[in-house]
Amino acid sequence: MGRAWKFGDNISTDLIAAGRYYHLRSNLPELAKHVLEDARPEFASQVKQGDFVVGGRNFGKGSSREHAPVIIKLAGTRAVLAKSFARIFYRNCINIGLPAIVVDTDKIDEGDDLDIDLEKGVVHDRTKGIELTFPPLPAVMARILEEGGLVDYVKNHGDLVIAGT
Amino acid sequence: MPGQTIVEKILSRASGRPVLAGDITIAKVDLAYVQDGTGPLTFRMMEKMNLVKAANPSRSVVFIDHSSPPPRRELATDHVYLREFAAKTGMVLSDVGQGVCHQVAFEKFVRPGDVVIGADSHSVMGGAMGAFATGMGSTDVAVALALGKTWLRVPETMKFDVGGKFPKGVYSKDLILRIIGDIKTDGATYKAMEWGGPAWSSMPMTERMVLSNMAIEAGGKCGPQPSDRETKRYLKEHGRETDWKEIEPDSDAAYESVAHYDVGELEPMVARPPQEDNVVPVTDPSVKGLKIHQVYLGSCTNARYEDIQVFCDYMKGEKVAKGTRLIVVPASKESYEKSLKNGLFEILLDAGATINPPGCGACPGVHQGIPGDGENVLSTTNRNYVGRMGNPAAFTYLASPATAAATAIYGIITDPREVK
Repeated sequence: MGRAWKFGDNISTDLIAAGRYYHLRSNLPELAKHVLEDARPEFASQVKQGDFVVGGRNFGKGSSREHAPVIIKLAGTRAVLAKSFARIFYRNCINIGLPAIVVDTDKIDEGDDLDIDLEKGVVHDRTKGIELTFPPLPAVMARILEEGGLVDYVKNHGDLVIAGT
Repeated sequence: MPGQTIVEKILSRASGRPVLAGDITIAKVDLAYVQDGTGPLTFRMMEKMNLVKAANPSRSVVFIDHSSPPPRRELATDHVYLREFAAKTGMVLSDVGQGVCHQVAFEKFVRPGDVVIGADSHSVMGGAMGAFATGMGSTDVAVALALGKTWLRVPETMKFDVGGKFPKGVYSKDLILRIIGDIKTDGATYKAMEWGGPAWSSMPMTERMVLSNMAIEAGGKCGPQPSDRETKRYLKEHGRETDWKEIEPDSDAAYESVAHYDVGELEPMVARPPQEDNVVPVTDPSVKGLKIHQVYLGSCTNARYEDIQVFCDYMKGEKVAKGTRLIVVPASKESYEKSLKNGLFEILLDAGATINPPGCGACPGVHQGIPGDGENVLSTTNRNYVGRMGNPAAFTYLASPATAAATAIYGIITDPREVK
């Protein structure tokens, strides 16, 4: 169970990991203290282990900085839910083992108690008593996520191998 | 086999088998690079994977450009790590003063038909060379550097067919801003934005580069362009004529959509904060006449020699308006030297400009021109998000070098067609 932290459409990587903290990129715990600071200044200090970041359309647009999903995860976030994601951010989430879930987030409100079942593809909104289903990840991404991210995937297989390619 | 788009052709060759949109494939990587903001994390991931090596060292490049020269101890120490890692693995180092990664990569490394993976979202600029070029995060690029391959979903292609003749004062920056305004910042998510048509064909390479560079601002995965006689001319100019080969889509390639634009009807465009699709013509009352505190001519998007030349065509003999600052950062050492040799610095300095060394400069908000609270910036860069230039309480407007010059002269957003 975790709390929903709602964000709007088009949350950019600059809002998640601002350029003015560029010098903290090799000090991720310190950078995480500023996660999403320009979108919701209270988020970093109040987010709890197991909470959910809930965005609208095009979450994570902009730069390739993997630091953005890394510090969302470091802050304790269980998963990022959004109506749609920017391409690089989405791929980065899976690579670092942070579930990025495409789901109709209009039905979730700020502060709702959420739970997620990745295998069944369901988000439970306990506050509203509703279930939101989501399509499974593409097979290759599901496997990378299951194995904990791309680093572990490559270590486990000793190579970048994908069935059927 | 049905006809193929540019990206399907390139990825088929790199996969060693024919692929079409929607296929998942593992492709051989022909060029991989990092910059100083993403490189340290990339290299730490390579250490974690026990893969401290480059599959192809002479085609693996470490660029120091985003905080170059470094404004802080932490960043200077990141640079130490990058230089040591490059030396250890044999990767090519492009150090302080060489310029923005995408620009230097384009001048020296990107070849038609290549698969280019960069740890920076504007790596898409390589598409203008007739390459498949895309940006990825640090861990993906760690794998691309170490193993020389990457996994990809072959993207569907949106074709942009461009006709007409650019009116005076209107440039490819205005075209791409107009298109992003039309399709929005997620209008090309996961897609290839392929370019063609008579107006595209007559564009010089430096104008074409803007179109691919900003594909990411519509969410695009890549911005592939044909490789033609102009590509060959550009490569010859850079001593790389032997790297040229022709790349073009099949006439029966399958496109997800085809959009036609007539550049003859275009006006100079401005993207208002807080994002690139908030676009209006420069004549719109919401921007025309708006006080600008800083004009920034910089970035991989629009700070090549040719951009500085356009800027100087307007600026020659003029002064920057009182109450407005002009900061110029050439995109690469090549553009810096050429501007210096051809007298452009004299024009800029006479006008009152501050010229900083080649690199990313003020664009990503690290240093060299962070705006103050409440200030407006007119910038030739690619992004105007809240906080992008280092201050969430400042406002960035995006436009062409011509609009930037007209604005610098009057200190308010000005239509370049009204200047001369």
